[in-house]
Amino acid sequence: MKNQVPKPLLDYPKLGDWLKVTPEKKLVFFSGRVELGQGNITALIMMISDELGIEPEKISLQTARTDMTPNEGFTAGSMSIVHGGQSLRSAVATLRQQILNISASRLGVDAFELNLSNGQILQKGSFCFSIDEVLDQIDLSSEIEAGAKIKEPSQRWVEFREIERVDLLERMTGAPFVHDMIEEGMLFGAPVHPANMYSKLLTLDVIALSKRPGVIKVVQDGSFVGVLATSQRFALEAAEWAREKSEWKEIDGKIENPISHLVSQSHDFEIVSETGDVNKNAGEWHELTVSRPYIFHGSIGPAAAVAKWENERLTVWTHSQGVFQLRDALAGVFEIAEENITVIHKAGSGCYGHNGADDAALDAAILAREVEGIPIKVIWSRYDEFHAAPMGAAMSTKSRAHLDQDGYITAFDVEVTSVPHSSRPGTGGTPNLRSAVLIKNSKLPAKSPDVPAIRGGGAERNAAPSYDFGPVRVKKRLVHDLPFRASALRSLGAYNNVIVNEGLIDEIAHRNGEDPLAFRIKHCVDDRSKELLLRLDSETKRYKENLKESQGWGVGYARYKGISGLCAVFVNVTVDEGVVVDNVVSVSDVGEAISPDGVKNQIEGGIVQSISWTLKEAVKTDGLSTTVDSWFDYPIIKFSEIPSLNTILIERPSEKPLGAAEISQGPAGAAVSNAVRHALGVRITELPITREAIINSLLSNEI
Amino acid sequence: MQGELKCTINGVVHAIDSFSSEPLLFFLRDKIGLRSTRYGCGQGTCGSCTVIIDGEAKMSCETITKDVSGKTIQTAEVFENESDHPLVKSFIEFQAGQCGYCLPGILMASKSLLDKKQNLSRFEIAQALDANLCRCGVHSRILDAIEKAYQLSNEKKGT
Repeated sequence: MKNQVPKPLLDYPKLGDWLKVTPEKKLVFFSGRVELGQGNITALIMMISDELGIEPEKISLQTARTDMTPNEGFTAGSMSIVHGGQSLRSAVATLRQQILNISASRLGVDAFELNLSNGQILQKGSFCFSIDEVLDQIDLSSEIEAGAKIKEPSQRWVEFREIERVDLLERMTGAPFVHDMIEEGMLFGAPVHPANMYSKLLTLDVIALSKRPGVIKVVQDGSFVGVLATSQRFALEAAEWAREKSEWKEIDGKIENPISHLVSQSHDFEIVSETGDVNKNAGEWHELTVSRPYIFHGSIGPAAAVAKWENERLTVWTHSQGVFQLRDALAGVFEIAEENITVIHKAGSGCYGHNGADDAALDAAILAREVEGIPIKVIWSRYDEFHAAPMGAAMSTKSRAHLDQDGYITAFDVEVTSVPHSSRPGTGGTPNLRSAVLIKNSKLPAKSPDVPAIRGGGAERNAAPSYDFGPVRVKKRLVHDLPFRASALRSLGAYNNVIVNEGLIDEIAHRNGEDPLAFRIKHCVDDRSKELLLRLDSETKRYKENLKESQGWGVGYARYKGISGLCAVFVNVTVDEGVVVDNVVSVSDVGEAISPDGVKNQIEGGIVQSISWTLKEAVKTDGLSTTVDSWFDYPIIKFSEIPSLNTILIERPSEKPLGAAEISQGPAGAAVSNAVRHALGVRITELPITREAIINSLLSNEI
Repeated sequence: MQGELKCTINGVVHAIDSFSSEPLLFFLRDKIGLRSTRYGCGQGTCGSCTVIIDGEAKMSCETITKDVSGKTIQTAEVFENESDHPLVKSFIEFQAGQCGYCLPGILMASKSLLDKKQNLSRFEIAQALDANLCRCGVHSRILDAIEKAYQLSNEKKGT
């Protein structure tokens, strides 16, 4: 396996940055990554354990906190294993060699004669001593070798791959979440979030609020209002009372239909990539436009945090994706030095991108500042979650494909119009925390530049199709200043871009009278993608036979960010009252899979979430803010709507790990969209594909 | 008067404040420290606070504490001393979870089905769980696990 130096190792080159030895001779490893529910911590423990040759139970892993671990940036973009895991492997390989060298000099032999297995030093297979005996001699100040020789695939412990999630049982029956924290003397806080973060507070009876049951203190700072109470229940009830009784001045600039607003823009597109002249040959062009509305993250648990101020120092427990970035953003809000803030990651409900976690942390910190030394727990209400958290960005993509005389695609041109897909804390140099706008010393968010191309791009992610289509041009037009708040949601622009590109490919295959999969296979860029699509074809033949008139099938394929995991999805659907997805078959290739079952779990979850987005989800607004008050206003997929899933993983243990959590959303959405087109004969181009959308589409096609 | 009313939670008798309108969810989480029961929406729409009351799956955010007087309640903490329970075993076997926030509610909803010894098809189990939302998309594994738990408890019954 090739050893490229991952970025975290460049920033943290010393062994002591990645591990310590406790006085009890236990090894504690550090990762700047956080567990978001995806199982990455289990995989990281597996990687350490395997690389070192020590049982996983004997390893402790400390995840991100600003006073202990490396700063690995945001845990996002399916990069935990790709960067974080590979960094740890190099650190552990260096550690392993050091242990072998120390042991060799103690035994008076050459290091290559020794082996490390199950925590024991072995010489020609016989036990010499436990590694515990040499742990105190490890030089933590030594540099991690850039070329540290990590194990070959054949040397890995295959049985480790069957490991179970280390944290699952506690999540099933215990209280591991930041929501569950109990600290001595703790009080409960609740913010009173207005529907739109640019609203200004006009009137609120603070005295009456302070007399609500359980309320200890009302905190007001500019247009920020919050309460401190003796219990979560009283805090939530008081905040709800205050929201109903308060009056706010709304901003101007209603946008009734975000998608119409986006596509009616007239400013120029910017070319973000161009691999050749797409217009060099005259010929036939085909085009398709698909849009996606704002959608919610929709975690089942709302955002939460605990904060405490003591001697002008702030400590925050949070389920943020980036503890260092949150620390710096909080330092900006409070105008204090970063060293005076410690941010510690603690589990939250499922995280699918930049949700309200960071905002809730600021809410807790603002409230806690009023009561020196007292920890304040804030758990957002469902109202807060549906009104105050960032949403997944609305966007519209138009793709055009050029055909040669033989029906091959020979040029591809994509125009993406979108609000920026990321406004994380610190993006553009501003905190980008909701209540930072509300407080008197207001810190407004800067215009987001969107995610740069080097990190896979934001709106234009996967706008370039994963096929050999000749020259490809991608243009992007960002639209700012909508009243709604958007930021990173799983797969960013890739979801919509893959749906439109795969839809256009299907339309052309249909025009050519060719099988959609065969048409794709003809345009494959390499053997790896061809193998994937051939496998999908052979696994799904039986689902294409004996279909009723109301049934259809479709496929979608993409290589995430063009360079990461490959995923192809087949679905068949029945279109009746609405769309029912009957079967899903997916074939994926993520290079080396540390935990194959964990990878499959991520891919399945991505598919199911994407089916929900595609068939059901759109945030309703009044032009300024969301009008969603409960799950009744924003239905998501239910148990009885879940298709049968067949999840196939092509394992490539000798290849680099490529990441898994975001590879299936685009292909799954595309497969559903194409299957509905197959069943209905018409294509729904404004997501989601609801019953209403189908009826409207059929009616307009009849005319 | 406080302490006049009582209920039994996971086998332990607890006194209840007879005047309070407190939802059971907050009594469980914040008064007696049974924090596996999760706050998800407080509106009876997500199922993450589901507990078993006298054998029936109920959302504790919609249940007033004083109304459970004389009743028997189970929360997901019952499994802490029962790690070989068919549901626990099969959820682990199928790795039927990601973030796990919804799982205690789903475990309680499925335990009430299992305890009733009804013979349900996979689709009937799914319909019975429609009040419980999962956002990570683990539904299929959860249904696999519940089906397996049915199988395990039938085997247990047979021996």
